[in-house]
Amino acid sequence: MRGEIRFLRRGQVVRLTAPSPTLTLLDHLRLTERSTGTKEGCAEGDCGACTVVLRRLRGDQITYEPVNACILFAAQADGAEVITVEDLAKDGELHPVQKAMVDLHGSQCGFCTPGFVMALFALYHQPRAMSVDRAQVNDWIAGNLCRCTGYRPIVDAGLASCALPASDWFTAYEPEARQALAELKDTDDIFIGTRDRFLAVPATVLSLAKLYFANPDATIIAGATDVGLWVTKQLRQFQKVIFLNRVRGLDEIEDRYDAVSFGATVTHAQAIPYLTAIDRDLGELMRRFAGNQVRMAGTIGGNVANGSPIGDLPPALIALGATLALQRGERPRTMPIENFFLDYGKQDRQPGEFVRMVRIPKFTAGEQFRCYKISKRFDSDISAVMGAFKLRIDGQRIAGARVAFGGMAAIPKRARATEKALIESRLDQPKSWDDAVAALTEDFSPIDDMRASAAYRLTAARALLRKALTEIGGTSSRRTRVVGFREVAGVGAA
Amino acid sequence: MSVQLDRRADELRLRVVSKPTRHDSAPKHVAGSATFIDDMREPEGLLHLAVGGAPCASGQILGVDLDAVRFAPGVVAVLTAADIPGKNDVGPVQHDDPVFITDRVDFRGQVVFAVAATTRDAARRAVKLGKIEAASGTPLVSVDDALAAESHVLPDYTFRKDDTASALAASPKRVKGKLRIGGQEHFYLEGQVSLAVPGEDGDIHVYASTQHPSELQHLLAHVLNLPQAAVIVELRRMGGAFGGKETQAAQWAAIAALAARKTGRPCKIRLDRDDDMSLTGKRHDFVADYEVGFETNGRIKALETVMASRCGYSADVSGAINDRAMFHADNAYYLPTAVITTKRMKTNTVSNTAFRGFGGPQGMMVAERMIDEIAWSLGMDALDVRKLNFYGQGRSLTPYGMTVEDSILPELTERCETLSEYRRRRPEIAAFNAASPTLKRGIALTPVKFGISFTTTHLNQAGALVHLYQDGSIHLNHGGTEMGQGLNVKVAQVVAEEFGVDLDHVKITATTTAKVPNTSATAASSGADMNGMAAKNAAATIKDRLVTFAADSRNVPIDQIEFRDNRVFIGNESLGFPEFLRQAYFARVSLSSTGFYRTPKIHWDNELATGRPFFYFSYGAACSEVLVDVTTGEMKVTRVDIVHDVGRSLNPAIDIGQIEGGFVQGMGWLTTEELVFTKDGRLSTHAPSTYKIPCSSDVPEHFRVTLWDGVNREDTIYRSKAVGEPPLMLAISVFAAIADAIHSLNPGVSVPLDAPATPESILRAAQAVAQH
Repeated sequence: MRGEIRFLRRGQVVRLTAPSPTLTLLDHLRLTERSTGTKEGCAEGDCGACTVVLRRLRGDQITYEPVNACILFAAQADGAEVITVEDLAKDGELHPVQKAMVDLHGSQCGFCTPGFVMALFALYHQPRAMSVDRAQVNDWIAGNLCRCTGYRPIVDAGLASCALPASDWFTAYEPEARQALAELKDTDDIFIGTRDRFLAVPATVLSLAKLYFANPDATIIAGATDVGLWVTKQLRQFQKVIFLNRVRGLDEIEDRYDAVSFGATVTHAQAIPYLTAIDRDLGELMRRFAGNQVRMAGTIGGNVANGSPIGDLPPALIALGATLALQRGERPRTMPIENFFLDYGKQDRQPGEFVRMVRIPKFTAGEQFRCYKISKRFDSDISAVMGAFKLRIDGQRIAGARVAFGGMAAIPKRARATEKALIESRLDQPKSWDDAVAALTEDFSPIDDMRASAAYRLTAARALLRKALTEIGGTSSRRTRVVGFREVAGVGAA
Repeated sequence: MSVQLDRRADELRLRVVSKPTRHDSAPKHVAGSATFIDDMREPEGLLHLAVGGAPCASGQILGVDLDAVRFAPGVVAVLTAADIPGKNDVGPVQHDDPVFITDRVDFRGQVVFAVAATTRDAARRAVKLGKIEAASGTPLVSVDDALAAESHVLPDYTFRKDDTASALAASPKRVKGKLRIGGQEHFYLEGQVSLAVPGEDGDIHVYASTQHPSELQHLLAHVLNLPQAAVIVELRRMGGAFGGKETQAAQWAAIAALAARKTGRPCKIRLDRDDDMSLTGKRHDFVADYEVGFETNGRIKALETVMASRCGYSADVSGAINDRAMFHADNAYYLPTAVITTKRMKTNTVSNTAFRGFGGPQGMMVAERMIDEIAWSLGMDALDVRKLNFYGQGRSLTPYGMTVEDSILPELTERCETLSEYRRRRPEIAAFNAASPTLKRGIALTPVKFGISFTTTHLNQAGALVHLYQDGSIHLNHGGTEMGQGLNVKVAQVVAEEFGVDLDHVKITATTTAKVPNTSATAASSGADMNGMAAKNAAATIKDRLVTFAADSRNVPIDQIEFRDNRVFIGNESLGFPEFLRQAYFARVSLSSTGFYRTPKIHWDNELATGRPFFYFSYGAACSEVLVDVTTGEMKVTRVDIVHDVGRSLNPAIDIGQIEGGFVQGMGWLTTEELVFTKDGRLSTHAPSTYKIPCSSDVPEHFRVTLWDGVNREDTIYRSKAVGEPPLMLAISVFAAIADAIHSLNPGVSVPLDAPATPESILRAAQAVAQH
């Protein structure tokens, strides 16, 4: 048992022995450490001005992960080295990323700049065989907003500075960093506080299960990309908090011949390559899910457990026929994922029960998949409508269908009437799709909100169904989409 | 780019001005060492503030119970209107913006009280404990609500040119329409922030993120009941502003100053992003009705338009904004007859305010829609209709009585047409669309003609202060504020050029009302024009003294004295700049001077609605192409080519940054950025999670900016032109291109596309066109 949070900072181990459970890394930096280079732009993980890099030892790999410090709790940095914008220059010499930003006029007001510098610094350190391209830079900074430059010079700075493999003082001193990070590693549970008020970071599934079983009123935090806002915006306070970021085994990905299983704390960024391998649209969906910093922190389990009606992954998982594994104490339970979502804000999760794993079956012969997300902005936006379609095709005949939508109901929901109407219709006879398109009205009565009107949502949902049928019928997505073409390799992790 | 401009600089043997010099703060920006107000080392005993507001959008306050707030942990003071020693008002023009309300509620969240606490967290938590009871009325939220209720914040205003009614009646073709143009949140990355430090005698020193330190100083004096001389407002830089910190920094600075006065301790207020978006004004949304009469060849005969804007609950600078919408309802087109009216509607929403373009963009949207309507009606290429209607010889009188003397648009547009390969792409696009049922491409090339000067004539003045020290370093101060636009480096370049020294001799210093008084806002794109000239005048005054000293001390004629290469050349002698300054000091020559500038030639008669409101016009043209999914309304901008006129650029790197950034900001306004208010007056898009400004991938790979190779015909600073606002309106090409793509569904039919062109807006227009 360990009674403190600890992370590396400028060569020193920082030990927090009595932190507020919801102390954000940004507040630690700006208010406690008084390092004000890192900025607060929105305090909700949408602008990237607070981007810092966590250098971690994952297995034997050193990783550089950009995260939003505004909604990352200090406990989540445990075991990592926290690198901020002030740390990049060495002996008065700017880092190559900083130098490129200066030389190419990448800053105007300068407020978003530290965040861009840190996002590009992380990109600079990604393992890569060749230099990055524009799409990769765009994707890498999709979670950083700039209101002044129009981005062109920032992208150019990214392209210029990341043209060659990383070679800076961080790589030069990597052996020392590896050593220091290794020394921080332990397998202890962290527990700070009392029985009634605590911050816990269990190290095993067993200790998590026991602790949560005994404290079903505790708040579970994985990536904090949603819970973070409860704290920064709603000023909520928690008596008992259990962080999942150290639970061994909960972050595993098992890739078998018939299915891929994602542990609950697998991040979106980690999952993207596996999801892309299942279907290119899934990878693209998860790329557009959020900015890179959110994908680095947010988890598969969190996106499901949270039960949001507009979470992007659940509709896709429902259409894919995924299974959800839960655990309460020592008792495991599995269910088809669509059964988990009961009503707005209500999931089939017992007190003390947590999401353990999501299992996605791989396609069998004749199965085809498409998913689409409609939002005001392509990158880092929340869906107005998200549609996912898995069809089993026999010749031109539709023999099986799983269809689900997000943004169309109080929960991510399966379109059963539509599915039924699809059976026996034919890909080569668009007329035969009409019943299924009409059936969407039976399945859904969406609402008006700031993202779209109910009428738009229904019309768009119909269009997406026709789009899926058109594409599965053989039309190139170059003729049916404005972005995210299936015919080119999707942009994943750089 | 740099080659082209270096050549132009060489014409004048310029060594510092016209060079693509980096932003002076860039190395600090990238290292995190550029200090914004919230980054300043906090003074001992600092208190943090948070505000509590009205629970409804209109009605009456019935009771305010702040007892729980007072006793909350960390709370040191609670402030209400009763704590104001002077006037409870920060209105910039009409005195209708209370710091704290006491009875009537005019918009949701309107500030009732503030809390000063030992931490920001404590202040925010304490605010939540305030109990405000109100009798809620029915709010007027939209322009339509206000029109129906005849709720005006200011009287209507009209430009009339000749007999429009007869001209309309005599027009062989007429088209009527309605265009809705959305507002826009500034989304400066640094939110509103002020730090007030009390001094002796009740003096107050306020560090505020503001574009208008002088106005803020005057308002604070008025609120605190102090002489203006007892108030200092200072700032080094803002993290973006875009007009949003011209008037609307005042309330927060006032609250900080009041709290500092009450507690005797330094007080800081920094709004949370959601509060900032909910409590500060935005770009005005407009509903425009128009009728245009034209010849069968596409020539305009008459325009009649009524543009109604949502001003919010108070006047703010809505009067001048609506005026500017009228000044630009012609954009670049000669209107033989016109009636242009704006209606300034009062609503129960935040008071809308300045935003880059200041009404001009909305006026121009109407002008460009008018052109598109003519093209759709006649089956002409819209670019041909545009060119046919440009101002030119014998067709140069605007609807407000000013003559357009320098229309360079025909040539500039030609250049854009060539660079964009517009004529080659047109038929390609038509062929693509004919074979593509789901995806449609659209293209448009639209011009910008933007009037430069404050239309309120007296604001066109600026001051500067320059000190030389004996080591050759130069202290530069001027009344302009740095918000990222590169004003400081441009003015420093001007001063360095004047003294023939390298830029690193010039120390850029924080803007403060204590050094340069009675300044105007850094707004209306005028920052470099006016402050550059004022600084040049200050430098020239000192230089004149130095030249006289050099001539007298060496008995050398004045024309044999030259300042260059960090040296002073006097006849056959040359010496280093510092050595020369030391000699001047010992000879008791003053090495400090103020400088002043007033823009010439401008005048305006508000009664007659005629005059010359603008010193000159800035021009530009952009060609944009889009790809639209007409089944979902999704849209991607695929190519942009821009030619823009900045006269002889003071700094091409900075200017290109302004053009690119302005364009992308304008593109956001017209596409992804949607402000949604609920019927009860709540802004539901009050955070970047729901309000979407463009991100990197929204900018096309092919995004090319070319600077127009010309100089300002007016005598501006090094014959440059203002650049802050005009490029924003180049983005109207994106909106017109989307309409063009939709038009391909049913040629000849009007496209009722409203802004912002979100997927929903595009789909609605596409369905209307297809079903016509």
